[in-house]
Amino acid sequence: MSNAIHKFLENNVKPNFDEGGKFEKFLPAYDALETFLFVPGHTTNGKGSHIRDGIDMKRTMIMVVLAMVPALLFGMWNTGYQHFLATGEAYTFMDAFLYGALKVLPLVVVSYAAGLGVEFIFAIINKHQVAEGFLVSGMLIPLCLPVEIPLWMVAAATIFAVIIGKEVFGGTGMNILNVALTARAFLFFAYPTWMSGDKVWIGGGMDESVAYADGSTGATILAQATEKSSGFVDASGAAYGDSFMASFLGMIPGSVGETSTLAIMIGAAILLITGIASWKIMFSGVLGAYVMGLLFNLWGANPFMEVPAHMHLVIGGFAFGIVFMATDPVSAAQTSTGKYIYGFLIGFLGIMIRVFNPAYPEGIMLAILFMNVMAPLIDHYVLEANIKRRQKRTMAVAA
Amino acid sequence: MSETAEATAVAKEPKEPLFSAKNRRLLSDPLNDDNPITIQVLGICSALAITVQVKQAVVMSLSVLVVMIGANLIVSALRNLIPSRVRIIVQLVIVAALVILVDQVLKAYVYDVSKQLSVFVGLIITNCIIMGRLEAFALGNKLWPSFLDAIGNAAGYGWILIAVAFVRELFGSGKVWGFQVIPDSFYDFGYYNNGLMILPPMALITVGIIIWIQRSRNTKLIEEN
Repeated sequence: MSNAIHKFLENNVKPNFDEGGKFEKFLPAYDALETFLFVPGHTTNGKGSHIRDGIDMKRTMIMVVLAMVPALLFGMWNTGYQHFLATGEAYTFMDAFLYGALKVLPLVVVSYAAGLGVEFIFAIINKHQVAEGFLVSGMLIPLCLPVEIPLWMVAAATIFAVIIGKEVFGGTGMNILNVALTARAFLFFAYPTWMSGDKVWIGGGMDESVAYADGSTGATILAQATEKSSGFVDASGAAYGDSFMASFLGMIPGSVGETSTLAIMIGAAILLITGIASWKIMFSGVLGAYVMGLLFNLWGANPFMEVPAHMHLVIGGFAFGIVFMATDPVSAAQTSTGKYIYGFLIGFLGIMIRVFNPAYPEGIMLAILFMNVMAPLIDHYVLEANIKRRQKRTMAVAA
Repeated sequence: MSETAEATAVAKEPKEPLFSAKNRRLLSDPLNDDNPITIQVLGICSALAITVQVKQAVVMSLSVLVVMIGANLIVSALRNLIPSRVRIIVQLVIVAALVILVDQVLKAYVYDVSKQLSVFVGLIITNCIIMGRLEAFALGNKLWPSFLDAIGNAAGYGWILIAVAFVRELFGSGKVWGFQVIPDSFYDFGYYNNGLMILPPMALITVGIIIWIQRSRNTKLIEEN
């Protein structure tokens, strides 16, 4: 069946887009859609010595998107769960999931439509193929935003991030910053009222007509940790019994996809087994965060510093950032040693910003962006050191 | 620099109409092909700092215009008297004196804007564009070309400043020259002012976008790889 469709496309539709065809200008757009649906027909010719792998960049990107699906599904359910918890209505599992799905899907659709729209326009202007990079960014953007963010803001941030974060540097593969985080940083600084506080994280929270149970709080754990010393409370006002478990499972207010460390770990497993993401970055990132957490525990000057080091790994966007964003192969360090340094500093700085500066609870976002900028510098020094070492060795042999 | 070479050529010609092609280019080049901000990337600090509102940008541009004309004229008049060893300090004294004059006038007549501009009026002294023009042009040219050069460069600086300020004020606070432009009905529909526009990074990005548009339109500016 799919073969027949592909043949039909190749024979009857494609000629319109080839040179001299009616829609010659739109070849990049056609090509993008065709290779998105079918593995491209490039094969090695008889004389070639390299075998072309059927897994091209689109297939790689799809794996990353698949790895995000657990976090996405959990995020949908959690959005509904937090909503019903806050309003105190009775609900079933499906109620919560459907409510959340209706809230989250528009974010995903808007993010993809805006981002791919910009990509297609640039591909047609520059006459190159539409790059695949946005498949992942388009999914990351809704997952790292609060559920109540207005859709036009998502569109504005996506367009900004794709143009300023990526296209001005030459498109996919040339960006110095992670595109999804650029979008998030844009929103964070441009519309702070929609990116923090205690209402935006809960489905329906910004709608004043929705009645909330008294004493409820929708503040994220990070916001609570900066504000008060006594334990964490959930949307119904009850204290989180075991806040480590609650945070690990993700039944807490937060950005759509980042609450459940468990769901993120499933995604991390997919990425690591398929070898798409670098385990070096993930491992050293977790290590860096843990070390910083321990250092703060030793210091213990304020209640936030006394939050146990392992708590830092499960609250806020740390897990999501380190698994899906720090490992972005384009903006991360490229050398092997460099990856350890890069990952470690992301974890270390992320927790440092989170604890030191209450105005920026999501330190991990700023830490990743900062290290994105620093990655080429790290690579440079790793390479220099390597050249020096080998030079010494050859000198020693020669002498 | 190329300007000085060009300058000696101008100086040698016996009689030249006031608005010869060469003189007209002194006015028009800095607006586009040789813009002090977007091509030479000078005077960036003030372009980032005082472009939050159009009014500030206009006052700043006018101040720079006045200082630049004055400094270029004085240096050009004294160009054969200034010993080249101490020329920088002489230029600084001239510019500083003019800046103090401008600062006093601003304080007297537009006190509120003067307060908002704060140190940046004083910092006109260190504006690379002014020192650059004095060094590269006024020291080697007669009064009239120096005068035109000052106007051209100050205008090139000014229009970028005002363009950036327009974008930033419009999206950052929904106003232009302090008047509300974006209607209330937009806000009722859920429109919000962009807080990032008020912050300096967005000025840098706006200047970057202007450079991008300029280079893609003006093929002369595209270097070969």
